[in-house]
Amino acid sequence: MQKSVIVENLSKNYFKKEAVKEISFTINENEILGLLGPNGCGKTTTIAMMLGLLKPSNGRVVIHGLDIEKNRISLLHKMNFISPYIELPKKLSVKENLIVYGKLYGVKFISERIEYLSEKLRLEEFINKKTGELSSGQKNRVSLAKALINEPSILFLDEPTASLDPETGDFVRSFIEKISREKKMSILLASHNMDEVKRLCKNVLMMNNGVIIDKGTPDDLIKKHGKRNLEEVFLKLNRNNHELK
Amino acid sequence: MSLNRIIGLFLRHFFLIKSSLPRILDLIYWPTIQIILWGFISKFFTAYSDYYNNTVGVILTCAILYDFLFRSSISFNMLFLEEIWSRNFTNLFIAPMRISEIITALVGTALIRTLIGLVPAILITSPLFGISILNLGIPLFFLFLSLYIFGITLGLFVSSGLLRYGPAFENIAWSSLFLLAPLGCIYYPIEILPDFFQNVARGLPLVYIFEEARSILVNQVVNYSNIKNAFLLNAIYLFVGISLFYYSFSQARKKGSLINIGE
Repeated sequence: MQKSVIVENLSKNYFKKEAVKEISFTINENEILGLLGPNGCGKTTTIAMMLGLLKPSNGRVVIHGLDIEKNRISLLHKMNFISPYIELPKKLSVKENLIVYGKLYGVKFISERIEYLSEKLRLEEFINKKTGELSSGQKNRVSLAKALINEPSILFLDEPTASLDPETGDFVRSFIEKISREKKMSILLASHNMDEVKRLCKNVLMMNNGVIIDKGTPDDLIKKHGKRNLEEVFLKLNRNNHELK
Repeated sequence: MSLNRIIGLFLRHFFLIKSSLPRILDLIYWPTIQIILWGFISKFFTAYSDYYNNTVGVILTCAILYDFLFRSSISFNMLFLEEIWSRNFTNLFIAPMRISEIITALVGTALIRTLIGLVPAILITSPLFGISILNLGIPLFFLFLSLYIFGITLGLFVSSGLLRYGPAFENIAWSSLFLLAPLGCIYYPIEILPDFFQNVARGLPLVYIFEEARSILVNQVVNYSNIKNAFLLNAIYLFVGISLFYYSFSQARKKGSLINIGE
C-alpha cells in the first residue's frame, strides 16, 4: 500500500510546554485514519504541523515523498482542511466563497467544479445565499465543498460532524466514505464521535498529552482492551493516562 | 507568483464590498466629511492668514493628500482585520498562497478601497470650494504614488503585528497614522517643529511629500529633490516592511498564532 503521509518523530514545544512529543505514524492512500484524544491532547497541533501552519520543533512530515517544510506551497495544492473552529466569510454568498477558493487553489474549471460539488453536496437551493445566513448543517456542507474544491488527495477533517443533526451527520459521513473510496483520498479524521470513527476509520490513533498512547483498528483496540466499544476504550486509556500522570 | 491566486484574494474583498451598500457608503462617508471640514477651514485660513494668502486650497489639498495616505494604510489593515473577524484566517493560510501573492493582492485591493472613498470626495471639492487638486500638475501623480507606497508600508508594519500578536494589535492598527501625523508636517512647514522632532521628521517621506505640495501651490516651483527623497525613504521603509511581514509570518508559524488568531 502506498504511503501518502509519513509523520516522523514530530514534536512541538511552546516555550517549556511540550504539546506534541515525538509522534510517528503513516496514512496510506485510500485510508481514513482516526485521531482520537481528549481536548488539548495535541490533535490540532499535529494537524497544524501537517498542514504547514505550524513549524515543528523536531521531526518531519513527508507528504507524497516531499517534506512539508520545504515544499509547503506545492503540497498545499493537494491538501485541504475543515474544522468547526474556522469559517468562510459570512458576507459572501456560497458561490462567491467557492469561486474565491477555486481561484486560490488554482482550479481550472471553477464553474464546472462548483456545479459538481453543489450537486453532490446538495448546495443548489442556497448557492446564492450569504454563507452567514445558513444553518449549521448547510454551513458544514459548504465547508466540505470548499475543502473539496481542489480535489485534494489528502484531507484533514477536524470534527466534521460536530453540532450536526443526526440526518445531516449521516449524510456527511456517507459522503466522506464515498469520496474517500472513489477518489482514493487519504483522510485524517479527528473526532469525538466514536461511532463515526468506528464506521469510517480503518485505523485509529489514540492520543493523550501529546503522545500516541495506542493504535490499531477499532475492532482490535476493543478486543485488546476487553471493552464493548471504542468509547469505553477511549475512557479506559484516558483514565489510565490520567492516573499515571 | 500566480495571477489566479492574486485575483482570488482580490475577489474575496471585491465580493464583500459590492454586495453591501452600507460598506460602500462607509468607505465614502469619512473622506467626504473630512474634506468638507478641511474645505471650510481652508477657506477661513485663505481669507485670514498671511502665510496662506492667495494660495487657495493649500490646506485642502494637503488634507486630501493626507486622507489618501490614511485611507491606503487603513484599507490595507482592514483587509487583514476582515480575515480575523470572519475567522477565515486559517483558511487563507492553508491555501497555497505565497506571501508575495498575499501582499500583491492586498496592495491592489487597498488601492480600489481607497479610490472608492476618495474619488467622490475629491470631485466635490471643485463645485463646493472651487479647488482642484489637479492644480498640482504632473507631480501630483508622484505625490500620490509616494503616499500610497508609504500607506502600504505602514499597513505592512501593522499587519505584521496582527499576524504575530493577533487581534490584540488591532488598536495599534487604528492609531498608527495618528502617531505620525504631527511629524509628517502636513499642514505646516518642518521649521515649526522643535529641533529634535525636525531630525526625526526628516526621516519620514511625508515631510518631503507635503513640502513639495506646498512648494508647488505656494511658490509654483516643482522641487524634484523632495520627490526623490520621498521615494528613496519609501524604498527603505518598504523593504523593511516586507521583510518584517515575512519575519512575522515565520514567527507566527513557530508560535502557532496562525491557528488561533480569530480567538
